[in-house]
Amino acid sequence: MTADLATVHSAHAAWRPWNFLRNWLAMAGIGGRWAVILPPMLWLCIFFLIPLVVVIKIAFSESVVAQPPYMPLVTVSKEGDVQLTLHLSTFLYLTQDRLYFDAFISSLKIALISTVLALLVGYPMAYFIARSPDRLRNILLMLVILPFWSSFLLRVYAWIGILKNNGVVDNLLKAARVPWLIDRLNGLLAPLGWSVPQLPWPMLYSDFAVYLGIVYMYLPFMILPLYTNLVKLDAALLEASADLGAKPFRTFLSVTLPLSVPGIVAGSMLVFIPAIGEYVIPQLLGGPSTLMIGRVLWDEFFANRDWPTASAVAIVMLVVVVAPLLALQRVQAAMVDRQ
Amino acid sequence: MRRGLFLPIVATLGFVFLYAPIVSLVVFSFNESKLVTVWGGFSTKWYVELFANPDVLNAGLLSLRIAASSATIALVLGTLCAVALQRFGRFRGQTLMAGMVSAPLVMPDVITGLSLLLLFVAMQELFGWPAGRGELTIVIAHATFCMAYVTVVVRSRLSDLDLSLEEAAQDLGAVPARVFFDITLPIIAPALISGWLLSFTLSLDDLVIASFVSGPDSNTLPMVIFSKMKLGVSPDINALAAIIIGIVALGVVIATAFQLTRPKQRAPA
Repeated sequence: MTADLATVHSAHAAWRPWNFLRNWLAMAGIGGRWAVILPPMLWLCIFFLIPLVVVIKIAFSESVVAQPPYMPLVTVSKEGDVQLTLHLSTFLYLTQDRLYFDAFISSLKIALISTVLALLVGYPMAYFIARSPDRLRNILLMLVILPFWSSFLLRVYAWIGILKNNGVVDNLLKAARVPWLIDRLNGLLAPLGWSVPQLPWPMLYSDFAVYLGIVYMYLPFMILPLYTNLVKLDAALLEASADLGAKPFRTFLSVTLPLSVPGIVAGSMLVFIPAIGEYVIPQLLGGPSTLMIGRVLWDEFFANRDWPTASAVAIVMLVVVVAPLLALQRVQAAMVDRQ
Repeated sequence: MRRGLFLPIVATLGFVFLYAPIVSLVVFSFNESKLVTVWGGFSTKWYVELFANPDVLNAGLLSLRIAASSATIALVLGTLCAVALQRFGRFRGQTLMAGMVSAPLVMPDVITGLSLLLLFVAMQELFGWPAGRGELTIVIAHATFCMAYVTVVVRSRLSDLDLSLEEAAQDLGAVPARVFFDITLPIIAPALISGWLLSFTLSLDDLVIASFVSGPDSNTLPMVIFSKMKLGVSPDINALAAIIIGIVALGVVIATAFQLTRPKQRAPA
């Protein structure tokens, strides 16, 4: 009986994964903890850290027409001397051509405006969801997240159909007799020398379409942190404020808004950071003059085949834009922790 | 507090804003006319045309294969990472690991794509591997950024987990690996499933990184859609969008039904 149990037990144990793992690892001389740490660590070093080093290396290389289109940094002469040549020319080139500076400024401007717009749209939505009854709240939250699961690209594509000439908006405006209204309005305004542009309005391929696209794509990232913050807001504080005679708007300004600053900062970060490096939205919805740094990097790489310049743009993007934001985010997280 | 009309109206408009484009995509996929946004009568001919296009089908299959493999790799590596960061206390290289695994979350896609391509080119020169770029390099690239998301999801589940269960198993003599497979793994299984699904979706959705690291014969679905889109709107893209939206909606219905039929858990979800 006992022997039977033992056999059953060992037969049962044999296929258990940890036995294989333990034996195999013991043979390799690796302790259990390092067996967990090493695989992801090595993977990240090889496929995240080293690539960044390679980018830095190529940014300091000279551009040539060859495959691959850059010169090696380290050269070994016939005498066996190892020579390291750092070419700062690519970075110098970035400061000389105004295109790159303008692209950075324009990216920051577009990202900032889109973030503010997303905040203006997202805040009331997050507030409404946070104040809804439990059942409705979960449904609304799901509705906010749901579009994220369908294709990003196809949702950008949807806006092309909506905004283009003879698109959905254009046809709705025509159906609402807006062209007729504009004619009448222009008739009235003519003596003043003013006029309203007639349909079709150039909505697609403009900065406006880019703002719209970014707000649309990143709205869930604004709403969710705001919601998480607002749902924790103590209703007693709002009642106290009302009891002391504050109108709802006053209560909002002096109680709700200050308390939701962490949510505002978190949501804005989640919109602002990816918006800076955005490529797809400005490429598909923006006009030829919509300058964004992600687009410049892409064109340097794919159209001009200038790998050193593309790498230098990437480094400047990391150092000037992403790093300070990451630092700010850390400070913010530390402050929230202390609270 | 008196409830005004302002919030409900703005929130409703917000949801209309979120869903109007999706509705218009689906509606115009059934449009007879080639002019995508002018209604010319009901038709399913664009679906027929879509399935007759081998480029789209092959790209779709390739994307599904890439998404499944990269999500699986990301799941394994991300879970290991989460366990190390959440359970191991301080260890050498911990800060480095935490930094490296969260950085891809905020890294612009163009930089991730560019840096990985330059790595693959350099590796090919030095070691001859990977030979050329294609499915394999896309899988590696996707697994790398997806594992960051898996780590976040699994870590948050691990931090909610009651440590006493794992300690009890350990007191009863189970080795750490056995504790993990018998106790921890079943409890964090829902987080693993959502981490895998999230990775799968992110991989299926990626255009920028795949464009950098793909080779001449490996065009993923987003890359094919993107090149079609550059030529202008075309109703068969709408048909494809409608199919994807249909699959997502179906998935949500199944997930909801699954949650409703399951007995309520005591542990917070």
